[in-house]
Amino acid sequence: MTFPTTPAPHVVAHDSVGRVMRIVIYALLPTVLLHVAFFGVGLLVQITLGVATALVSEALALRLRRKPVEPFLKDGSAIVTAMLLALCLPPLAPWWLVVSGTAFAILLAKHLYGGLGANPFNPAMVGYAVLLVSFPVQLLQWLPPAGMDMEQVKLSIGETVQTILTGSLPSRLTWDAVTSPTPLEALRTNLKMGMTMAEAQAAPIFGTLGGRGWEWINLATLAGGLALLGLRIIRWHIPVAMLSAIVISASLMYMVDPGTYAGPIFHLTSGASLLGAFFIATDPISAATSDRGRLIYGAGIGVLTYVIRTWGGYPDGVAFAVLLMNLSVPLIDRYTIPRIYGHAR
Amino acid sequence: MTASELLTGGLRLEAHKQRSTKAPIRIASLAERYVIPLDQHSGLSAVPLVKPSDRVRMWQPIAQPAPGISAWLHSPVSGEVVAIEPRPAPHRLGAPTLSIVIANDGRDERFENAAAIVSFEQISPTEACEHIGRAGIVGLGGAAFPTANKLESSLCENGPQLLLNGAECEPYISCDEMLMRERAEDIVFGGRALLHALCARNCTIAIEEDVPEAQAALLRAIEKAGDSRIRIKVVPAIYPAGGERQLIATVFGVEVPHDGLPADIGIVCQNVGTAAAIARWIRDGQPLVSRIVTVTGDGVTEAGNWEARIGTPFSSLIVDSGGYTERMARLIMGGSMMGIPLPHDDLPVVKATNCIIAASALDLQPRSAEMPCIRCGNCSQACPAFLLPQQLHWYLQPFDGDQLARHGLLDCIECGCCDYVCPSQIPLVERFREAKPLLTRELDARLTADAARARFIARNERLARLEAEHRAKLAAKRRPRNEPTS
Repeated sequence: MTFPTTPAPHVVAHDSVGRVMRIVIYALLPTVLLHVAFFGVGLLVQITLGVATALVSEALALRLRRKPVEPFLKDGSAIVTAMLLALCLPPLAPWWLVVSGTAFAILLAKHLYGGLGANPFNPAMVGYAVLLVSFPVQLLQWLPPAGMDMEQVKLSIGETVQTILTGSLPSRLTWDAVTSPTPLEALRTNLKMGMTMAEAQAAPIFGTLGGRGWEWINLATLAGGLALLGLRIIRWHIPVAMLSAIVISASLMYMVDPGTYAGPIFHLTSGASLLGAFFIATDPISAATSDRGRLIYGAGIGVLTYVIRTWGGYPDGVAFAVLLMNLSVPLIDRYTIPRIYGHAR
Repeated sequence: MTASELLTGGLRLEAHKQRSTKAPIRIASLAERYVIPLDQHSGLSAVPLVKPSDRVRMWQPIAQPAPGISAWLHSPVSGEVVAIEPRPAPHRLGAPTLSIVIANDGRDERFENAAAIVSFEQISPTEACEHIGRAGIVGLGGAAFPTANKLESSLCENGPQLLLNGAECEPYISCDEMLMRERAEDIVFGGRALLHALCARNCTIAIEEDVPEAQAALLRAIEKAGDSRIRIKVVPAIYPAGGERQLIATVFGVEVPHDGLPADIGIVCQNVGTAAAIARWIRDGQPLVSRIVTVTGDGVTEAGNWEARIGTPFSSLIVDSGGYTERMARLIMGGSMMGIPLPHDDLPVVKATNCIIAASALDLQPRSAEMPCIRCGNCSQACPAFLLPQQLHWYLQPFDGDQLARHGLLDCIECGCCDYVCPSQIPLVERFREAKPLLTRELDARLTADAARARFIARNERLARLEAEHRAKLAAKRRPRNEPTS
């Protein structure tokens, strides 16, 4: 009687890349839900377009690279990339933005570098940065959040789809009427016009903590992120380091001059701080790898985010901060190798 | 097992020990032939003292240690040496290795060794070490390192601390647990003999938290012996807490230097089975000719622990255990994390055979297709040596010796924790195991090259110096002649 032999270990946990990515997708759902509640169904259309583009691009790249298509399509990583990118885009942005951004993310930022596991940069952030640099006007056309007495500009589902696909609004509306800057952008513009912080934040798009609507969306993101932590899909080092760095930077500047600089709570609950901390910076492929390395990496993203928001040329800095720190990962990894058992400290 | 059970360093694994610990230890049936591989311990092969057609008695020495690290071998039965030839051996993954084959005459005529039984307190520690060596005792935890060699290297003057390892952390294996439950007195007796042989200060018996019966039995035995130097330390049931280096860190809070031995920090670690074997030798004159073997897994009808003589065929133990079930799929010697895969059961029990798993599809979880590493870092969280397996894996392809050395490839203990948790199902340990000899060779070659370069530079400097001296001499000689012209 003979038996087949395989090397030890003879048991493995039933874990898979697919399971990890699926849980990330589920954890994003609260954010998506509240986003839709405040900004309409535009995001769902964007996600649909993005996911379809991601899957087609992924399949195409795998074909060209002569890799098995099915297991990689099923791993869910392309879907996560598409969802993260779609979450960064204005809900009514024309279809070709999300399609070209996602295709760029998957084809160039991911597969040109060797596909899953080999990309040095976060693909979603590469896609977003390319769009932001190329089409700044379209990317800053946000909608006013619900609850701002602008019911007349509310778009139906059909109108939303039509606007995204054709790039033009229903004839009863104009872009000026339906768009509104994001809170970070509004704050920046108002401050530039010489308003004080209190005057700048008096506009109706600001809520109690941060931007109206955004504060709730960010709480949902926080819930999803805590779920990822609880399920050990991500570890605490990157989010804690990044958010602490934002809070510390913002607090320091706020203490220096509260009239010019927004406080830490505003920075935490506006823009992509929480989405970045729990869902973007934690992408393990493009992050530093040791615990200590991840603390440095996360803190770097936090500081850069604050710096870009406050003194840079763009309203939000998460995407560029993540990309810059992606660039530093080989260096961080080189100097943060943990002490090995039995070796001197 | 879910990822949420991950701990920093090591894993909480399903123990799979209930089935094999229901019945007491039973005596395995005698076989017709016993195959004793000469290289079944670490170090050098033993040298045969018998030749084919010699009659041997039970417990008679049949091979002596080679100079260096090696061990004695004894006949488990009385009978006739029928061959000394290569036979498949489990510790060689089923490949043949030179073995003494003995036909059992079934009479168990004992070899009388009057010198075997001693009162160890009456002999000097050095004599006690030598005496233990003559029993052919090796580490019974699985590594089979000759005990005499280990004791020799643990210098007496240091007054080391003795650690008896009863932390049987690997799934499925229960031979030590059953030994502790049923023969705790042997372990305590062996521990006291080792305390004497090592001039050790104290003896700590490490035992996992999830074996209360074994803890109780040991406590009773210690109380009965009335030896205040012996204590019990309960350790968490985390794999691989029972690895020598991991256990020392858990029990004493100190680490063994990566390029050293436990003896360097004043600790000597022995398996509890080894201690019991020492007791049998000193008290009863029985050399190491048998050991307790766990036979378990869903591929065998009745799981249990057997006292089997060294050389017993696996197939005979399987028959004792009621034979294979129809679900039998794979045969493994050892536990599910580090066990050796075996192609068939026509193999002898060796001193390192702590467990035989007849595994069915229920025991094994075959890997899914391998995916690329996503650098999630679950492996580095699980690594008990604090390595970054994800980085080691990255530097394997293409092979980067510098980085592999910096990241501690050679410090990998091959416990399999990284493999176990990898969501991409990468066979990390297998790759590391293959890469280690390559790295060692590269580092050796580099050392040789460095030495050669140093020699070459020294030679050039020497030649240059000689040349300079020569020229200086010539110049000195020439000067008187040149002087008039200048």
